[in-house]
Amino acid sequence: MQTLNTHNIHPLALFSVSTETKLSRPFIDQGISAGFPSPAQDFIDLSIDLNKELIKHPSSTFFGRVKGSSMKDAGINNGDLLIVDKSINPTDGKIAVCFIDGEFTVKRLKVEKDCCWLVPENESYEPIRVTAENDFIVWGIVIYVIKAL
Amino acid sequence: MFALVDCNNFYASCERVFRPELRGKPIVVLSNNDGCVIARSNEAKKFGIPMGAAAYQYEKTFTDNNIYVFSSNYALYGDMSARVMAILASLAPEIEVYSIDEAFLKFEGCDYINLQEYGEMIVKKVTRATGIPISVGIANTKALSKVANKVAKKFPEKTGSNYLIDSDEKRIKALKWLPIEDVWGIGRRHAKRLMALGIKNAYQFTQLPDQWVRKNMSVVGLRLKHELEGKPRLDMETAKAKQNIATTRSFDKNYTEYDHLRERITTFSVTCAEKLRRQKSSCNALLIFLHTNGFRSDLPQYSRNIVMKLPFPTNSSIEIAKFAVEGLSLIFKQGYQYKKAGVIVMDITPEETNQISMFENTNPKHKVLMDVMDRLNGAIGQKKVKLASQALDRTWKMKQERLSPRYTTRLSEIITINA
Repeated sequence: MQTLNTHNIHPLALFSVSTETKLSRPFIDQGISAGFPSPAQDFIDLSIDLNKELIKHPSSTFFGRVKGSSMKDAGINNGDLLIVDKSINPTDGKIAVCFIDGEFTVKRLKVEKDCCWLVPENESYEPIRVTAENDFIVWGIVIYVIKAL
Repeated sequence: MFALVDCNNFYASCERVFRPELRGKPIVVLSNNDGCVIARSNEAKKFGIPMGAAAYQYEKTFTDNNIYVFSSNYALYGDMSARVMAILASLAPEIEVYSIDEAFLKFEGCDYINLQEYGEMIVKKVTRATGIPISVGIANTKALSKVANKVAKKFPEKTGSNYLIDSDEKRIKALKWLPIEDVWGIGRRHAKRLMALGIKNAYQFTQLPDQWVRKNMSVVGLRLKHELEGKPRLDMETAKAKQNIATTRSFDKNYTEYDHLRERITTFSVTCAEKLRRQKSSCNALLIFLHTNGFRSDLPQYSRNIVMKLPFPTNSSIEIAKFAVEGLSLIFKQGYQYKKAGVIVMDITPEETNQISMFENTNPKHKVLMDVMDRLNGAIGQKKVKLASQALDRTWKMKQERLSPRYTTRLSEIITINA
């Protein structure tokens, strides 16, 4: 067993308090009373954080600004902000940000047996057939559109 | 088991994520002030541009060969690095971020996983999620994981950018392939010496007697030898707060006036203080230096530095700038053309262990003020909140003529997507 040798203890040691980290908690102004507590008190929540709600994979999520109207029927208009996740599989029917022949474009993917189509959502535009000749990659999948009204 | 994950041509790859048309094209990235080449894509290496080459000497090579030249975009590289590291951290029980583009992963108690397949998954996952190509090397020691990584990087098609050393046969084959000067931890001086002795590859190095290595390359060399033999000697290192933080710059032209230098030293001090606050440290001493351009033998030369011991630990921009300028006033001499100056903060201690000094201390109000400054500058971006002794105009802006947009950290600079 260890015994405490009081002679080795410094007569007075001063320590400052660590203020390295911070943790904010919701403030519940209920006071302390002996009566019946508010039934809402168990349901105090943190406020809604859109970052957390909309961005499931922060490491693979990027933003892009829309220019043009070829996707207007899908609700994507000029000037809208796209939230793009690169980690999602590009499958048939998804709206994707693609890089084709030197530019980024947003279109709906239509995957067929031996080719792929980039389908606009605006009748005045034609679908684009992607062939081996194109310099083409699916850059990411659009998960949300943010627009100012 | 350890994995060393390394991003391929990281800076060039970051630029390519947002400019996919540059895949397969030669890219170089220049240092702060566009001074010299600090990164080259594989395609650019073929034109014989060495690392650290002075940019102006290679302007013709750049234009003649359609080499894409970028100023270093640390906002972008830092953000992309954080993304890669965050994904890696989610894929292994332990991670040691070794540099902006490299990390060690440790798999302990993971005997049930197939590491060959796991490595392939890491490559696929990171590359898909971030657009940054990576190479993975896996082995039972850190040094061997570095070796395995070199194999993966050198033979991307054959290995799928992922190589596992899990037998003595593979270990010896890899070591025989690896030139001695490319072995992690063997400096140029030792490599030269070993080559003079006929030791050309890593395998021959492991065949040396322990006593010889210990005697000639110290215990560090011996540890490396054992690691290469497959005996683990190095473990993960946890992130340590930096022990020195320096902010130094070459000026775009020579400065002769004290006031100019005072402004520079103040700005460098502010940058150092910000770095200190970011890692929650304080410093107890400063080194301030200045010198003239050593290449201009036609001009009078002067070079001086001074260490200022601080009466109390601090990370306040105001205090550090005050002491730094005091130091400058002690070493500045009229009549010289100064080309470079810098501030190095030293003797760094954690912020919270600051001693309670009876008589002298950093002004506690500064902490609140610095907090507000950091948050404002973080929100506005370009360091708009400054000390009054710093220049307000942009005369001092870093030379970054070929800077790409900050695609991931500024909403106004994100990619445009045609629709």
